[in-house]
Amino acid sequence: MDITRPTDLAGVLDALDHDPSATLLAGGTDLMVEVTYGWRRPESVVALRRVAELATWEGAFIGAGVTWARIEHGPVRGLAQAARTVGSPQIRNAGTIGGNLGTASPAGDGLPFLAAVDASVVLASKGGRRTLRWDQFITGPKQNALQPGELIVGVQLPEHLPHRQEFAKVGARNAMVISIASACLVRDPGGATRIALGSVGPIPIRARRAEEMISAERHPSAAAIEEFGRLVAGEVSPITDHRSTESYRRHAAGVLARRLLERCL
Amino acid sequence: MTRLIVNGAEYTAEPSGAESLLTTLRDRLGLPGSKNACEQGECGSCSVVLDGDLVCSCLVMTADADGSEITTVEGLAPAGGLHPVQEALLAEHAVQCGYCTPGFVVAAAHLFDTNPSPSPDDLKEALSGNICRCTGYGAILRALTALAGEAP
Ligand SMILES: Cc1cc2nc3c(=O)[nH]c(=O)nc-3n(C[C@H](O)[C@H](O)[C@H](O)COP(=O)(O)OP(=O)(O)OC[C@H]3O[C@@H](n4cnc5c(N)ncnc54)[C@H](O)[C@@H]3O)c2cc1C
Ligand code: FES
Ligand code: FES
Repeated sequence: MDITRPTDLAGVLDALDHDPSATLLAGGTDLMVEVTYGWRRPESVVALRRVAELATWEGAFIGAGVTWARIEHGPVRGLAQAARTVGSPQIRNAGTIGGNLGTASPAGDGLPFLAAVDASVVLASKGGRRTLRWDQFITGPKQNALQPGELIVGVQLPEHLPHRQEFAKVGARNAMVISIASACLVRDPGGATRIALGSVGPIPIRARRAEEMISAERHPSAAAIEEFGRLVAGEVSPITDHRSTESYRRHAAGVLARRLLERCL
Repeated sequence: MTRLIVNGAEYTAEPSGAESLLTTLRDRLGLPGSKNACEQGECGSCSVVLDGDLVCSCLVMTADADGSEITTVEGLAPAGGLHPVQEALLAEHAVQCGYCTPGFVVAAAHLFDTNPSPSPDDLKEALSGNICRCTGYGAILRALTALAGEAP
């Protein structure tokens, strides 16, 4: 196996230009599990841990190499709450937001926040940079728009984030658990509300009809909150798998939606 | 060839492909203290400190650790003695089969390094990535709570 360990972005771009099919390694918390299971046997690796540019976090730009441990204590509330639920301290010390996007799992806990605020993913290759909105980047379960020779440089958030941001997930236990359903809800003082849900569809799901309905309610009544949960549960498209059932996930989506809305009021 | 600084000593290893640091430590460097109980980041029995951060060595690619400083459970106790965390676990009989113990020791020692008087919640949080198959959490937490209480 070949490995290069560049210390700057230019070095990564050169390495990828030389070998576009090289496997990118960040924290390894997804990749090494696949290696251990024998699902992946990388012949050539570009390791990103030492690349200073990827570890930068400047205002609304979060570098791909920023770990969950940093995000957990960072200033973006909704994303910090999501980070807090990722794995365990050991996993959060190694795992990165770029790796979460690289894997693009339906259960990726960083993704609902990015979907709720309509964040973009910044990609780079030797040929240049491009920026894709989250739903252009995540193309399916564990699928994304990354091309050979390209890497994720980071995530661009909108300059003005909604005042209220809440994330929660449902799992079989409190720590170290993969989401059965997750949701992030953001709301402005004027009422404008957006909600994205994870683990209840192939990619994060924005419940647009529910958003429209509740955004018109400046001071939602108990009945309106109830209706919001019902609409969200109707808009998700979960499946039954080894972790949960379609109907439980739909139920959980509605409950999460109501609770997060109440926390944002 | 990968160069590793483990418990202050320099080693070189020739990992096979994407081999994990856990495998390298146990099978190549003669340091079997870090345990392999899941090899997928779930149990924490392979915990080490890598360049100052607590991580699962089963998820670290050895070739990516070139030049890194690593502390394993073997590096904690002073010669001929025990680390205070080990003393505390011993006093409380907080070991059953012992398979999880090295991971708990490394995680707890790292916590006390960074926060000498952790609260009960800090302790639970810091140990949330370590699983004890014998479910001996009560004794482990009692031992470490007592140690936290002794902090000056
Ligand atoms: C025990 C355990 C518990 C976990 N719990 C959770 C959880 O609760 N929630 C959750 O969301 N996830 C969880 N995960 C999954 C994982 O920790 C996250 O997805 C993490 O964000 C992956 O980041 P990484 O840096 O470790 O990625 P890596 O494993 O290094 O990489 C993952 C993938 O992304 C690619 N990649 C990495 N960086 C880039 C980049 N800059 N550009 C392009 N591609 C890139 C890699 O090639 C690889 O395909 C868990 C994993 C484990 C082992
Ligand atoms: S062996 Fe590494 S976490 Fe279980
Ligand atoms: S003592 Fe047996 S696993 Fe913890």
